[in-house]
Amino acid sequence: MTLACIDAGLSVGRKRLLGGVHARLEAGRLCAILGPNGAGKSTLLSLLSGQRPPTSGEVRLDERDIAGHAHAALALRRAVMPQESAVAFDFNAEEIVALGRLPHRLRPEADESGIVPAAMALTGVSALATRILNTLSGGEKARVHLARALAQIWHPRPDDASRWLLLDEPTAALDVAHQHAVMVLARQWAARGVGVVAVLHDLNLALRYADEVIVLDQGGKVAQGPAADVLTPELVREVWRTQCERVTSGDGSPQFLFGSA
Amino acid sequence: MSVAMGSSRRLPTRTVLTGGGVLLLLAFALGASSGAYAISTAQLWGVLRDAWQGVVAPTPEHLVFMNIRLPRLLLGIAAGAGLGVAGALMQGLFRNPLADPGLIGISSGAALAAGITIVLGAWLLPVLPRTLGSWTLVSMAFCGGMAVTFLIYVLSRSEGGTRMALMLLAGIAINALAGAGLGFLSVMATDEQLRSLQFWLLGSLGGARWSAVALVGTVVLLACAAALTLSAPLNALALGESQARLLGVDVERVKRRAIVITAFAVGSVTAATGVIGFIGLIAPHWVRMVAGPDHRIVLPASGLLGAALVLAADTVARTAMAPSELPLGVLTAFIGVPMFLLMLRHYRNRI
Repeated sequence: MTLACIDAGLSVGRKRLLGGVHARLEAGRLCAILGPNGAGKSTLLSLLSGQRPPTSGEVRLDERDIAGHAHAALALRRAVMPQESAVAFDFNAEEIVALGRLPHRLRPEADESGIVPAAMALTGVSALATRILNTLSGGEKARVHLARALAQIWHPRPDDASRWLLLDEPTAALDVAHQHAVMVLARQWAARGVGVVAVLHDLNLALRYADEVIVLDQGGKVAQGPAADVLTPELVREVWRTQCERVTSGDGSPQFLFGSA
Repeated sequence: MSVAMGSSRRLPTRTVLTGGGVLLLLAFALGASSGAYAISTAQLWGVLRDAWQGVVAPTPEHLVFMNIRLPRLLLGIAAGAGLGVAGALMQGLFRNPLADPGLIGISSGAALAAGITIVLGAWLLPVLPRTLGSWTLVSMAFCGGMAVTFLIYVLSRSEGGTRMALMLLAGIAINALAGAGLGFLSVMATDEQLRSLQFWLLGSLGGARWSAVALVGTVVLLACAAALTLSAPLNALALGESQARLLGVDVERVKRRAIVITAFAVGSVTAATGVIGFIGLIAPHWVRMVAGPDHRIVLPASGLLGAALVLAADTVARTAMAPSELPLGVLTAFIGVPMFLLMLRHYRNRI
């Protein structure tokens, strides 16, 4: 029930996008990948998803090289919400969410026809079902793609194989209310045993919702651990070169105030 | 219109497929009854009933229908269905509604090979017959289409697999080269050769005979069946190659299959009929406008609509300037080019 990077790196030509990352993620937890622009966050996510093979080191899913898992088998238990995704043709939102069920078309679930509407309800896009995806706003599109990812790994696997939900900047295009709604949803899925990995820019969302954070800078891992332990004003100053003050919010969760102190 | 409102209206699958079937039947009936020898509806029924019961009636309408018109109509159906399905496949594969089977070089390769056969045939293949519809021309054209498609496929290979943008560019370059070759051949050609080359390039069902119908029909039928198995992966491909891969689709295999299916379908059709333009471009587009972009509907409905369009165009080609026959490609271009320009307006913000 683990997804692990062992000294994993990715270079394209001479350019090193990511190097020597060791990380071990557990199913049932929400892990945030943090770092400044160009730190290698999306690259790490694409290694973890098996989308790109590492050029050095290894990515292991359940103690087996991820390259050894068949694409079709991985698609039954691992879903990725892309950062941005141009869709060809005038597919409507419901048809896009239904594509999440494509890997399961040979062995449909008993409640197959109910999964797409239920996933759309979870991300609040039921009312957009017949709207053409390319005409939706960025935030609406993001929630449709999230519903697609959820539909893809909707039920636990019959063999109890771990399920993984990888989110690439899921909150980037969302308003404040939807940012929190999506993070709450991610927590709920983690609580149900799904391993959730999210690339985030908002450190406060990470502090409030993530069990664990991985901080990247310049293509390498800087820190990993519980959000509240790792995310200190010193680390933020060092990695993001920004001043901040750490305060405690009313519910006891630490939060950052930026640009002060 | 639906784009402007941002809401999708789609006819149900059954309605679309029934509508396509009805259109095809109408075009078939129209094509069957009109021509140099007009056959009335009542006569047509009689002939069809006789044919069904295996009776060979020695009436002129029976002879005309069974020996001339029916093979022509069936070749038209095979050609239209093949081109329509191949067009839908290519548009799905290139993720672009303006893609066309010609993009991967089948038509230009077939045309170049046909041109070589017609113009240089007397010198290269002196003993073989080279008239329109002859087996020499058909097999040369088929091989030419296959060879050029294979060349473009090889040129578009890169480390990570086949790059579609590379394929598009290689296709444009090779198509231009084939065009130059044809231009050169047309300078060398005698007037008579030029005429048959011209006729071939504009397409015609005039070479229809039962042997060609059986061969092209079989290839197109198999190609259509194989194409339908790609409909779900093609839908996933609309999300982009990496997302399709994450949904478990073997993208390289889908590309290879789509290209092989298209090459066989369009290669065999073009070899038998010459170049029939625009059917592969507009049939899928019209289907998408009424039925939405789901390839499970677009693929079969494009086949039905393509077949109906070719039959209708051929009927006009045979009758409009009788007794002389218009080239089929002229008519499909007359319908196709205005449609293409409308599509360009429709998609102008996305190109």
